[in-house]
Amino acid sequence: MNAQTEKPQEKQAQRVSYLTPPANILETEDGYVLEAEMPGVAKEGLEVIVENGQLHLIGRRAPLEARGRELVRESTRLDFRRTFDLGPSIDTQRISAKIEQGLLLLQLPKAESVKPRKIDIL
Amino acid sequence: MSLIRFQPTELAWSPLERLASLREEMNRLFASQSPDRDAGLFGGWSPNMDVYDDREEFVLYCELPGMVRDKIELAFQDGTLTVGGERQPGQPADDKSTFRSERSFGKFQRSLTLPSRVDPAKITASYTDGVLRVVLPKAEEARQRQITVNVS
Repeated sequence: MNAQTEKPQEKQAQRVSYLTPPANILETEDGYVLEAEMPGVAKEGLEVIVENGQLHLIGRRAPLEARGRELVRESTRLDFRRTFDLGPSIDTQRISAKIEQGLLLLQLPKAESVKPRKIDIL
Repeated sequence: MSLIRFQPTELAWSPLERLASLREEMNRLFASQSPDRDAGLFGGWSPNMDVYDDREEFVLYCELPGMVRDKIELAFQDGTLTVGGERQPGQPADDKSTFRSERSFGKFQRSLTLPSRVDPAKITASYTDGVLRVVLPKAEEARQRQITVNVS
């Protein structure tokens, strides 16, 4: 009996769903700035992967040490995940990331070849 | 059994209220996926809150990613805790062109009335990883006074 009731629960737990973090992308002269909101995610829970021209952002929330009776529950507690396609103009070797108070900040520098270049006339 | 007065919605006409409730319903439907779910009807935003009753105290968690600590305001009055503040864009969009804009900025305010008495002097708050945590120890006796709580 126990085994039967446990099985569907296990399946449910395995079905992982993620939350899409709201993001802003701005272009600067030297590159792009990407901001993504991931409340509850510390540096340790953050994963930024560049692969096959795609940028994968994964933010795992630190477990909440909440105790007692739940009176209000609005947060989902889900981990964050989002993928962006990177244009060829981005220098993937020089991408840098930091997270501050649940806000991921990514610097995506442009490759030297696509930056506007002034040509001196001889 | 209780009798409820019949009130046709067409007569109790409040277009904005009905729009707001419709929007709430839609937000609930798409709650898990929509990135802009916390954008309010009038351009404001409303952060997610969780509240726990842990016998000795109430604990509130509020998701406020990317805030400046000084811009979070907490006030407690007559058993009601008000969380407010203002979030400003970290990157001023002067000479930059925006590709995507999903984050909400500006002022927000939310209030929560607690189900039992709280000792206002003992309220503490902390802000880490974009989550505000407020601990409100329950009071031994009823007290009514207004205080302002500093976020530490």
